[in-house]
Amino acid sequence: MNYWPLIGILLILVGFILKFDTTAVVIFSAVVTALCSGMSITKTLTVIGQGFVDNRMVSLYFLTLPMIGLIESHGLREVAVKTITKIKKATPGKILNVYMYLRGLGLLFGIALSGQVTFVRPLVSPMVLASAEAQGKLSPHEREMLKARSAAADNISNFFTQNLFVASSGVLLISATMKSLGHAVSPSQIALYTIPMAVISLLVESIDNLWMDKKRSRNEA
Amino acid sequence: MVNSLLIFFYSLLGVCMAFAGIESFKAKDNPARYGTGLFWLILAVIFIFGDLLPAVVVGGLVVIIGLLSLFKQIQVGHIKDVDSATAAQFAKKLGGWIFLPSVVLAVVSIIVGTFTPLGGQVAIGVGSVLALIVAIVETKAPVKMVYTDTHRILRSVGAVGMLPQILAMLGTVFTAAGVGTLVTKMISGAFPTGNRFLGVVLYCVAMALFTIIMGNAFAAFAVITVAIGIPFVVSQGGNPAVVAALGMTAGYCGTLLTPMAANFNSLPVALLEMDDQWSVIKQQALVSVILLVCHILLMYFLAF
Repeated sequence: MNYWPLIGILLILVGFILKFDTTAVVIFSAVVTALCSGMSITKTLTVIGQGFVDNRMVSLYFLTLPMIGLIESHGLREVAVKTITKIKKATPGKILNVYMYLRGLGLLFGIALSGQVTFVRPLVSPMVLASAEAQGKLSPHEREMLKARSAAADNISNFFTQNLFVASSGVLLISATMKSLGHAVSPSQIALYTIPMAVISLLVESIDNLWMDKKRSRNEA
Repeated sequence: MVNSLLIFFYSLLGVCMAFAGIESFKAKDNPARYGTGLFWLILAVIFIFGDLLPAVVVGGLVVIIGLLSLFKQIQVGHIKDVDSATAAQFAKKLGGWIFLPSVVLAVVSIIVGTFTPLGGQVAIGVGSVLALIVAIVETKAPVKMVYTDTHRILRSVGAVGMLPQILAMLGTVFTAAGVGTLVTKMISGAFPTGNRFLGVVLYCVAMALFTIIMGNAFAAFAVITVAIGIPFVVSQGGNPAVVAALGMTAGYCGTLLTPMAANFNSLPVALLEMDDQWSVIKQQALVSVILLVCHILLMYFLAF
């Protein structure tokens, strides 16, 4: 039994942990894996080339970008920011919850902006801090916790709702990988079975946010 | 019909990539402009002529991309940001209508993908083109602006955006090299096959663990689905769509826990001027563990 092809997995692990150039690590691992399984150089390049061409569908989400670029230069961020600013006069947990649902709604329609840069830093975190300060003075520890919670809310809604959109890169990667493994599934099936977990994760984080509100008001009293 | 439509959409994408290549060459302030331009032009060639070129040539081109990336010759460089005055003016004029093209994209993609025999990929192409047309009509943008925004956003996504396809290629190579079979043989010595629930636990936990180690759920998915997801869950009768959809997001539970996922867990620490590198992860830890357990249960009950 030839166990050498497994070195490819090891290379990926080590390369990612040591933060080498990601693209180079993955392509290098593909070359080494193929060579170690006994393929010739020509065969190796053929398998890599065929694998790349057959998986072009994964990059189809690039086709959605010209439209996103165009609406971005015509005020997408500005309108989104305005929508979020409308959540005033609420507790920190409630602000975060409304933000999470809006963010999920955006992702459902393929608007995958970097939430941390676009919304959390300029908007959500300051709103959460202001709302908490209105209830009383904040200790440095509380400020740190509220900032971190704002970032966490964006991550959670982002991760678990992005695959609701059929042309997201995650859905396309899943669909292409399953096809090459001989178990073809369509992008819309993937999006469909993402729904339950998207709902559960938003619910769990919402409850956690409300629980945070409750704990904070208990500490005030 | 479906195939020629797909080739059309891949070619269309290839043309956009060629735009990004030409503009990358012209970006004189980017020290790596030749490498970056070459990167995009190689992609343009593969997307337009992929079906005509011998696979061995494409393989060679992919290795060249790897070398360019290794020697730091693919760089986003400085890209002119959106003109904020124009953006603010249109934001006022369009209001909520700015989201219309996105809604068109999602709705058309789903409808065409579900109710026509064209399939999900062609549906995304049709949706994208219609959505772009709606956006052009709505903003009355001149052709030059569409061109500028297209290469601007493609170039800013850059090599990072190609990573999913490169990982999918790696998955194909792993399969061809028999990596999946090898791992299965190794694990099945220590782990009982035939137990559905244990298979689901193994797959979900492995996805989360590999993502914690690598910091990238996409990479973990390509490896772990070949090695564990298929042999231990799908081969035992698990619905592949359920297993794959939940397998990927089980990996995201790992992303919530790892400092390796710098974009999500370290970037906010810097952006929000926090003191503790672990603050964001601490806030996510409990929810992540709860969600991982939910993944296991949901996969077990939905897939079988």
